This record gives sequence, C-alpha cells and structure tokens, in this order.
Amino acid sequence: MSLIRLDKVSRRYQMGTETIHALREVTFGIARGEYVAIMGPSGSGKSTLMNLIGCLDTATSGAYVLNGVNVSEMDDNQLAEVRNKEIGFVFQTFNLLPRATALHNVELPLIYAGMPTEERRRIAIETMTNVGLADRMSHKPNEMSGGQRQRVAIARALVNRPSILLADEPTGNLDTKTGEEIMALFEELSSQGNTIIVVTHEEDIARHARRIVRIRDGLIASDEPARR
Amino acid sequence: MRFTSEFLESLRIAGDAIRTNKLRAGLTTLGIIIGIVTVTLMATAIQGLKRGFVNSISILGTDVLYVQRLDWFINSEAEWRRENKRKDITYAQFRSLARQLALARAAAPQVDTGQPVKYKNRTSSSVHIIGTTDQFQFTGGLTVADGRFLSGADSEGGRPVCVVGAQTATNLFVNENPLGQRIYISGHPFEVVGVLEKQGDFLGAFSLDNQVVIPVEQFTTLFWHDPDYTIQIKAMSVDALEDCREEVRGIMRKIRHVEPGQDDDFSINQQDAFLKIFDKVIGTIATAGLFITSLSLFVGGIGIMNIMFVSVAERTKEIGIRKAIGAKRRTILLQFLTEAAAICIMGGAIGLAIAWPLTLVMAHFMPARMSLSVVGLAFLVSLLTGVVAGFLPAWRAARMDPVEALRNE
Repeated sequence: MSLIRLDKVSRRYQMGTETIHALREVTFGIARGEYVAIMGPSGSGKSTLMNLIGCLDTATSGAYVLNGVNVSEMDDNQLAEVRNKEIGFVFQTFNLLPRATALHNVELPLIYAGMPTEERRRIAIETMTNVGLADRMSHKPNEMSGGQRQRVAIARALVNRPSILLADEPTGNLDTKTGEEIMALFEELSSQGNTIIVVTHEEDIARHARRIVRIRDGLIASDEPARR
Repeated sequence: MRFTSEFLESLRIAGDAIRTNKLRAGLTTLGIIIGIVTVTLMATAIQGLKRGFVNSISILGTDVLYVQRLDWFINSEAEWRRENKRKDITYAQFRSLARQLALARAAAPQVDTGQPVKYKNRTSSSVHIIGTTDQFQFTGGLTVADGRFLSGADSEGGRPVCVVGAQTATNLFVNENPLGQRIYISGHPFEVVGVLEKQGDFLGAFSLDNQVVIPVEQFTTLFWHDPDYTIQIKAMSVDALEDCREEVRGIMRKIRHVEPGQDDDFSINQQDAFLKIFDKVIGTIATAGLFITSLSLFVGGIGIMNIMFVSVAERTKEIGIRKAIGAKRRTILLQFLTEAAAICIMGGAIGLAIAWPLTLVMAHFMPARMSLSVVGLAFLVSLLTGVVAGFLPAWRAARMDPVEALRNE
C-alpha cells in the first residue's frame, strides 16, 4: 500500500484576472521506505507539489491520501496536526529559530505534540546525537556552520518519527563537501527505513535517490528509477 | 498537558521577544504604566473619599433612628413647603413614644443650641449645647472618659450638672481636673460630672468634641422654652431596625393624630439616607473619573496593538516555521497574546510600584490606602488591555498561510 497517494491533484492560483495552473491533475504514489527525488526547473510546479505533500497547502481539486487518511478535506488545525506527526521538513535555508538553542529547536515539534518535558528532552538529545551533534546542544544557530545547522534541521525533522522526511533543496546553501555529507546522512536515514522525498533542481543531488520524478509545466514529465 | 507545554513555550518566547527589544518594549510599556498609575490613583482616591465619608457619618450609628419634624434631604421646593407646615415634635410626644416603644433599646430626646461657655477667665464662644436625658449615652453611642454621664435622677430632677466634650474640656481647663468644677453656660452655673471621649468631626463641618451635654429640663428652663425635639431611638440591633422603624411610625402617627391615608407629618431619618445620597454622588464621580483616566489606558492599549503588529510582521518567517512543524492557529494566537499580556502586566506592576508611594502622599489628605482590590483590579485591567490590544495582531498571525509566511525573509 502507498504511503502517499495523489489522485488527479490540481492546484490553481488566482493572480489578478489570470489563473495559474501550478499543478494539472497529477497522479502518483510513493511507498513506505522509498527515497524519491522530485526534479524540475523553477516554475515547473515542484514547489507547489512539495507544499501539497507537506500539507502546507491544499489542492484545488483531486484527492491526497497520506498514510491512509484523506487530507485534502482537512482544515488548518487538522493539517497542523498532520504536519506535526507525519511530516519532517528540511529547508534550503534551514529555517531554525535564531534565538533558540539547537536543542530547543529540535524539541519544538515535541512541544507542539504536548510531550512531557523530560521525555521530550531525552528524545531530542538522542536524535541530535544520531545526526552527530552531541556537542552542539546549547549552541544557537548563528554559532554553527551551515552543515551543522542543516543537521539540526534534520534532527528537528526526525524527532517526531514522521512518516516522511521532506527536503527542499537541502544542499542549496551548502558548499559541495558539506552537501555531500548531508546527502550521505540522507542515504543512511534511507537505509534505516525512512521515507525520503528530496525536491531539487540539481542532477547530482537527485542521483542519490532511488527514483526520480520530473515535473514540467505542472505535469509529471517522467517517473523512473535513478541511474546510479 | 499540551496546553501547559504550549503556554510555557509562549512565556519563553514572550520573554525572549521582550529581552531582544528592550527599548521598544520599555517604551510601549510606558503607555500602560501611565494608564495604570492614573487609574489606580483614581480608584484609591474614590475609595478614600468613601471611607472618609463613612467614618464621618458612623457617629450617626447604623442602628439609630432620628424622629424629626423634617427630612434630612429635601429634594424639591414643593416638598420643603409641605414639610415646613409640620408641627414641632414636643417633649410630651417624646415621653409618650418612649413609654409605648417595645422594640427599642433606648430612646432619648435631643435639643441643641450654641452658647458661650465660661470657666474662670477662660471662655469658649460658641459651644454646642445639647439638652437630653441619661438615655442619650446609649442612642448617641457616647463613651465617658472621666467621671460619669448624666444619671436618670439628673435628667428627671433637672439638677444643673453637665458632661463636657473632649475639646471643650481642654479649651476650658488647663492643668486642672474638670470634674466637680463649675462652668457657666451663658451665665448659668453647671457642675461638670463627666468628660466625654474624643469623637472627631462630622463631615468635616463641625467638631463633635466641642459640646456640653445638660439635662433637658435645664435646657428648656434656661435656654429655649418650647423647642422642636429630635428623638433618637436605638434599635435592638441593625437587623431589627426596620421593625423598630415601623413601630415608631405607628406610634408617632397615633400620638400626632395622623388620619389613616394621610402622609406622615414627621420624618424618621437614619444613616442610610446619607449613604444613599453619597453613593449617588460618588458613583457619578467614579464613573466620570475612571472613564477619563481609562482613556490614558486606552491610548496605552493602542500602543501595544501597534507594537504587536510590528512584532508579528517581523516574525512572519518564524510563524511560518512554527506552523510547518505543527503549531496550530491556537498555538500562534496564544504565543502573541501572551507576549502582549506580558508587556501589559509588566507595565501594570511598574505602574503599581509608582502609584504606591503616591497613595502614601494622598493618605495625608484622606483615609486612602492602596487596597488589595485595587491592586487586583490593576493587574486584571492590564491583563485585559494586553489581551484585547493583542488580539487583532495575534489573530492575524494565527491565520497566516504557512507557505506565504515561509517565503517571507
């Protein structure tokens, strides 16, 4: 059974009098444990697709079933709950809270899940240790390198044990070497059974995935296994 | 559980936000501080005025009725003309009433005048002379500091004895015990048998200590042959006051031959009347005063709203991040409301700290003190201001689209 099932999903935006078709009846699925890259040039609709999969946005028409639950009809608060439990985001610009320590950033999803303090702290520390940041707990984002920040972001994405790790250009703001390290970490996470979706426009990054979905003009142009 | 952790997180964020923008938060707080100071001082002043008034009229006694020819408060000229036609209350009527009363603890007649009082070469020019009986001690709630009050025999027999007020005693007697001395009231000799304890003044108008109490017989013989009496009646208790009042009314109507269906031709006054009038006046003052002072709080609230809008705009990205990782609308709303409320409560606390020494100054002029209720009210008002002023900005933050918010740099 698919973890993600999109059925004729469309997303239209109204820009003044003009209607923009960001996605046109896209249908595809992702199984649990897959490592998928979504590729496409800017304006292709890949960001829209990512926002839909990440439950940040809802489709204009069509159905989206995540983990057996139809999320296309959900309201704001239900979507927030789904994002908290099912989705782990990793952004190109890291998107850490600048005033909070690394540990607090990682704890945040657990706070919103209502987990008691001690358990929350234990899990956050454990997760940070797993991404190799055991000695950076009390640092603030501006005291860390780009690679370390992205690791914090990955720890934050993983801390709630989500169904999907959703990464948007995760190496876009990193140098090549650090980018490779982050991709190696994704590799490792994938081998541990995590479902990973990476949105990128870089072939080098997409090649790390097992499957590549290419988007063009709001449609799926190709969907094939990655050549490695 | 979830609410608690969300609330603690909100407090932490609020603390961070205020620390990061100390100057801004401080300036914003200023509006609330000024608002709270003025509102607190106004409330304290009103409470002080009221307390002063109640203290002042407490001399009337909460369980004492005053049967008199006229009402204490006459509201129209027509009423005054009607009441002015009433006949005087006589001593015979007092005797008759006192004999028939069953529900009263004590009843005393009272007549008064102002007369000069002389002792040796010292003179008090205008002393309040009260003619009454031994029962006046109970109806008037008087305490004798030295010696004794008038006795039954004094009032019956009309011996020329007197009890002097505390101030009269100090005015006339220097380094001398007043007891047993002879003073002259308008030239008539009276022997001092007692000195009253200090009582203070009535509504600041006249001193209750500058008086001399003499037997009513002496009064009518020497000063005023046929005066209009006030009859003071002390009920068994405050609760029994209404019953007592009804009894007094019935008896007085019979004594003064008031036909059934006709209005009373006398008045039964009590402390309540003062309180009612005063409550009306102070109520108006309080409403107007608090309204005017709360305008400053309103302006402070607008300042808070403004700064919260800025805060929300500045932190759009943060809102997006929080929403992406699972913050609900409620969570974001709570976060910004907490921040607004925290700023306001801080302002409230500082405002109270400033208002407190000012009320101490105020205490020199009236029995004012910062009561717990005013402190509680101030905090409640600041909290409310924060929540009301912060609501619109917080609501805007809570409703933000996460995709849009994340795109914001």
